[in-house]
Amino acid sequence: MTTLLKETLKHSSIYLPTPARITAVKDLTALEKLFTIELPSGFSLNHRPGQFVQISVLGVGEAPISISSSPSRSNGSFEVCVRRVGSVTNAMHALKPGAMLGLRGPFGRGFPVERFRGKDILFVPGGLGLAPLRSLINEVLDERGKYGRVIILYGTRTPADILFRDEIAQWQQRTDIEFHMTVDRPDESWTGNVGVITTLFPKIQIHPRNMVAVVVGPPVMYRFVLMELLGKGIAEGNIWFSFERHMKCGVGKCGHCQMHHIYTCQDGPSFSYAEIKHLEEAL
Amino acid sequence: MSFKIMPKAALPDWVTWLKNRYRVVGPTARQGQYVFAEIASPDELVLDYPTSVLPPKKYLLPQRETLFTFDAQSMQMKANIEWEPTVILGVHTCDMHAIRLLDKVHATGYTDQHYQAHRQHTTLVSIECLSPCMEHSFCKSMGTLTVPEDYDLHLTDLGDSYGVDVGSEKGEALLQGFTAIWDPTSEDYQRINKVMAEKWPRFSYRLNFDVTELPDLLALSNNSSLWNELGDICLGCGQCTKVCPTCYCFDVRDEVDLSLTKGERTRTWDSCQIDRFATVAGGHNFRSTRALRNRHRFMRKGKYHLEAYGLIGCVGCGRCAAACLVHITPVDTFNELYRRHKKGELLEEAKQA
Ligand SMILES: Cc1cc2nc3c(=O)[nH]c(=O)nc-3n(C[C@H](O)[C@H](O)[C@H](O)COP(=O)(O)OP(=O)(O)OC[C@H]3O[C@@H](n4cnc5c(N)ncnc54)[C@H](O)[C@@H]3O)c2cc1C
Ligand code: SF4
Ligand code: SF4
Ligand code: FES
Repeated sequence: MTTLLKETLKHSSIYLPTPARITAVKDLTALEKLFTIELPSGFSLNHRPGQFVQISVLGVGEAPISISSSPSRSNGSFEVCVRRVGSVTNAMHALKPGAMLGLRGPFGRGFPVERFRGKDILFVPGGLGLAPLRSLINEVLDERGKYGRVIILYGTRTPADILFRDEIAQWQQRTDIEFHMTVDRPDESWTGNVGVITTLFPKIQIHPRNMVAVVVGPPVMYRFVLMELLGKGIAEGNIWFSFERHMKCGVGKCGHCQMHHIYTCQDGPSFSYAEIKHLEEAL
Repeated sequence: MSFKIMPKAALPDWVTWLKNRYRVVGPTARQGQYVFAEIASPDELVLDYPTSVLPPKKYLLPQRETLFTFDAQSMQMKANIEWEPTVILGVHTCDMHAIRLLDKVHATGYTDQHYQAHRQHTTLVSIECLSPCMEHSFCKSMGTLTVPEDYDLHLTDLGDSYGVDVGSEKGEALLQGFTAIWDPTSEDYQRINKVMAEKWPRFSYRLNFDVTELPDLLALSNNSSLWNELGDICLGCGQCTKVCPTCYCFDVRDEVDLSLTKGERTRTWDSCQIDRFATVAGGHNFRSTRALRNRHRFMRKGKYHLEAYGLIGCVGCGRCAAACLVHITPVDTFNELYRRHKKGELLEEAKQA
């Protein structure tokens, strides 16, 4: 048994991907698809929630994509949720089960899950942020007893943008998860909460001393959610984000993801607010 | 390791001798400027050149480099690690300091084997600068006016001969079997001491403060209006980063042949001064203005690199200043920040932000 990262490091070039096969493709929304990718036999992914892989469509290019399945559900194969926005992501959307991709990674620093044990966890995914956060949410749910309360506040632009509907239906039914959802713009069928994600905060009780918050979403969302969380008294070191930056290499060389002296692909993408609050460009 | 003397008359023979064993690269004259190029015959080499348009970095990080070749149909991929035993002659000490930083960057965290292969098979023959190379250089201010510790061979022009400092086994190998060198006499030692002592006064400090104060100055400058003033005139052309010996950022592209299945993944130099450098999907640009991009470049040179790699990111070569059509220069930028700092303006602007 070897890991994908060990294989990546064994290559004579750190930029050389390992081939892997798509085994399933599922439409989640008009823009997002969920891909199941099978590792070569004898390989494990061995990732931490919050880490990403570099996915290649040979001839088109490479893109950093978060691992969406939890570690315990990523043996032999794992899932990524991809929004089509440009050349690589559109090329991926055109692929059918059986097609081959290239993989490098997993890269980056994931969330320090051990430090979350015994605490209440507040997940705040916005939009596509649920894709990476799902890896951590399911990790926590897989070992539910090790954590305190589990609260999920999920916001999307419209009801049509809601990801992972089947899983959300299960979360809504579970009594050991507090789940709330909102959309910015409702359609005729929508009966739930309307408004930006911060409108969900009054619905939950927060005991800040024992709480970790994990926020993943579009860049514009972070400031508002942060104000809310700090206002509730959650410690700066217990507020976690995942930062998206333009990334080309994933290994701290190309410079694209640089944020101050930090390479987001190496020291991140997960950061606590305490770690980045002095960095002008971070939020 | 040791110190030798090579008469200037022996230089052509040495170059020819090296050419039998290595690809030999050095400064050559091209249309009134100097460029590092492969030396076809010893008389092309100009060791007392002022400065070169591009730094010798291009032999370690080519402007375009194939990372691997692939066949998208069969998923065959083959890494392309290129190297050629190379000697680079006449590297100025600022460029030596820059290569030291590049070495650090490419060995920190994950190793970049492509850089490593070029670097391991390259021997650097540096040369002591005895007078300023051009109006824009400020090596004395940056502490790069003499060679860093890890050199291979280092030359000092002693008039009719070169003093040759041997700093590594790689450097020593360039002299192995070449007989027209000898051990220095006490006169030679006197001469090199005189040459060195005479050199320092020819250079002036161009920063109005000590370089060790630069990181703190920049830390205070985040909200300075100077960045907007630079942003207003900057063309966003990226020339400054292209000519910089410590810039290494790259873009990655796939290029396919007509079959549309066979191709190669390449990397090419990129620039943080170009608009889309930090744009992510959805259109958010983390450095959306030229002001922010200028700030990023100068912060990187004077502060971030020091924090990340322990070495300052600007070696004072002056190339970016010479290349900039609108005369944005590190010396003027840093001095202007310092002037505003002394007047208390930086603190004022920081408070307002
Ligand atoms: C750590 C990390 C995790 C990510 N996880 C996911 C995920 O789980 N699912 C998902 O759908 N997307 C994810 N992304 C975003 C994804 O990487 C980009 O959408 C993708 O790189 C765009 O590539 P493209 O070739 O399709 O688009 P392009 O044709 O290259 O460009 C489209 C737009 O995307 C921007 N862009 C281009 N390359 C990158 C890049 N390497 N990184 C960021 N922006 C880029 C361009 O500036 C442009 O605005 C993640 C990004 C990061 C940094
Ligand atoms: S060379 Fe001058 S004009 Fe061009 S990007 Fe650099 S600072 Fe701006
Ligand atoms: S920033 Fe300018 S002066 Fe400094 S090393 Fe780069 S090109 Fe030379
Ligand atoms: S993605 Fe290249 S340095 Fe981080």
